[in-house]
Amino acid sequence: MGRYVLRRLLQMIPVFIGTTFLIFVMVHALGDPVNALFGDKAPDPAVAAQIRAQYNLNDPLWLQYVKYMGNLFRWDFGNTFSGQTVTSLLATAYPATLKLTAVAFTIEVVFGISFGLISGLRRGGVADNSVLILTLVVISIPTFVTGYVLQYLVGVKWGILPATAGDPLTLQSLLLPGIVLASVSLAYVARLTRTTVAENSKADYVRTATAKGLPRRRVVINHLLRNSLIPVVTFLGTDLGALMGGALVTERIFNIHGVGFYLYQGIVRQNSNTVVGFVTILVIVFLAANLLVDLLYAVLDPRIRYA
Amino acid sequence: MSSSTSTSSRSTEPRRDTTDSKDAPLLEVRGLHVEFHTREGVAKAVNGVDYSVRAGETLAILGESGSGKSVSAQAVMGILDSPPAKITGGEIVFKGRDLLTLGSEERRKIRGAQMAMVFQDALSSLNPVHTVGMQLGEMYRVHKGLNRKDAKAKAIEMMDRVRIPAAAQRVGDYPHQFSGGMRQRIMIAMALALEPDLIIADEPTTALDVTVQAQVMDLLAELQAEYHMGLILITHDLGVVADVADKIAVMYAGRIVETAPVHELYANPAHPYTRGLLDSIPRLDQKGQELYAIKGLPPNLLRIPPGCAFNPRCPRAQDICRTTVPPLFEVTDDEGVPAPGRASACHFWKETLHD
Repeated sequence: MGRYVLRRLLQMIPVFIGTTFLIFVMVHALGDPVNALFGDKAPDPAVAAQIRAQYNLNDPLWLQYVKYMGNLFRWDFGNTFSGQTVTSLLATAYPATLKLTAVAFTIEVVFGISFGLISGLRRGGVADNSVLILTLVVISIPTFVTGYVLQYLVGVKWGILPATAGDPLTLQSLLLPGIVLASVSLAYVARLTRTTVAENSKADYVRTATAKGLPRRRVVINHLLRNSLIPVVTFLGTDLGALMGGALVTERIFNIHGVGFYLYQGIVRQNSNTVVGFVTILVIVFLAANLLVDLLYAVLDPRIRYA
Repeated sequence: MSSSTSTSSRSTEPRRDTTDSKDAPLLEVRGLHVEFHTREGVAKAVNGVDYSVRAGETLAILGESGSGKSVSAQAVMGILDSPPAKITGGEIVFKGRDLLTLGSEERRKIRGAQMAMVFQDALSSLNPVHTVGMQLGEMYRVHKGLNRKDAKAKAIEMMDRVRIPAAAQRVGDYPHQFSGGMRQRIMIAMALALEPDLIIADEPTTALDVTVQAQVMDLLAELQAEYHMGLILITHDLGVVADVADKIAVMYAGRIVETAPVHELYANPAHPYTRGLLDSIPRLDQKGQELYAIKGLPPNLLRIPPGCAFNPRCPRAQDICRTTVPPLFEVTDDEGVPAPGRASACHFWKETLHD
């Protein structure tokens, strides 16, 4: 197990370098950041040259990347054009996004698995069909539509929950954005759980568990659900990273100053330091979540052993 | 707590009963009908099956796949998937009570504690993600209310009982870490854990190597004698049956077509289907000759042929076989003296007997 973890950690290095380089290249392909900085006005050539020198923009791209990565390892993500350090932005943005993600993830896990279990156990029933139709609707509608509609209905018209999440973030104010962010993943989790539960409920070991005279509850939770969750956990793990990145739309709608919010501004202003910095951290989160899932997999399914 | 003590006292009482009154069978199945409601129609899996087992007795139920032998056993256990399965008639009298009239919670308490089942494929029948110790101990935890530690000790004891080497070290292992024979021993240990009165073994050795088959069968027979249990052995393998069974019921298309004490059935079958089965066993003295096979296929349970279900495949079929369902005739010897325990659902059982 230890060797496996070490190998996986080593594998992360080339993946990390590769992804960050790609992002670096793509951000620079957006156009000239100095021009973007000045908007519609033409920049003063002297000022532009000074900025270019300050941000190493005259170097070839690969050298810029090397310099950037060098700074990164000293925990220096550079500055934004407005002079703030990217690290300070990260420090305000990530806690907010983490809170939002935690709320969304909890909703996704609890409701997704519950709905999936109920509908998988009673396939073809009323509950099953409702879950199928509802999840299909949720999957088909883009997040920004669900977001704005729910914000208007729940937050403004009926006033049940806060319409926006300001500062400081409370659990109550994160509930609505959490639901919006979780909705699509929740639908997938419900459908995935439904399929595996339905499949496993015909398994021989479930029949054995029943033949042992175990109460139905124990058969379902200890035997059926325990096995059915193995593929669901894989999805949840990869989705954890996607939720954090996917918060981009939700955070804009509910005015949460998180990763998505700053990332959006960084992209609009072509601020490469912000974009690359935020995405770099996201990449690390993705990689860590994936490793965690693979390790959890071995815990859930003892037949899998890593060497 | 009170429920667990009542189950334990209940499980010891009737054992005395059965030894006192030797006549009352442990399990009596009468006129059992099971149907499967499918999209294509109603599949009549079991069509009026009667059999009985006494304490200490072994009944073998023989038949091809789809003959209804497993379905009738699952009906007795109460583990049929319903829907689609539905018991449409009959009685299952176990220790004097008709199980079909009991509530689901009462039946659950009987399952595992008073009647238990050993399944065919131990690898798929054991839960892959739990240790064998947990799966064995679960029997004691649920039915007897034992704590984790005591249940584990009991599990090790049972593993010793079925002669799994180094049981104490292996109690934390998972099913896939055992060999096929050892896994089946664990299945047997699980079935025997609460010393039930009846064991139903559904093809317990089919998935095993031939050498291991004999060991597992011997173990099962030995423990059955030790605990004085009734055993229903479901199989399609005539070889397995010969050594351990007391009596045999042959099933075809959801009916019992012949019953007989084991040696009489082998010596002189009274149903053409049984004869066909016996003739299709490879024999050393017929080496080099083509192996006999019953022609045709078992009937589609959605469309069981009228009359005797076996008539399209039967070498002896006459007009009556195509119109009239043969009841189970009592089989008698040449002088007309009834042969105890023998019956055949064939219009021409006499002729078959004399072949």
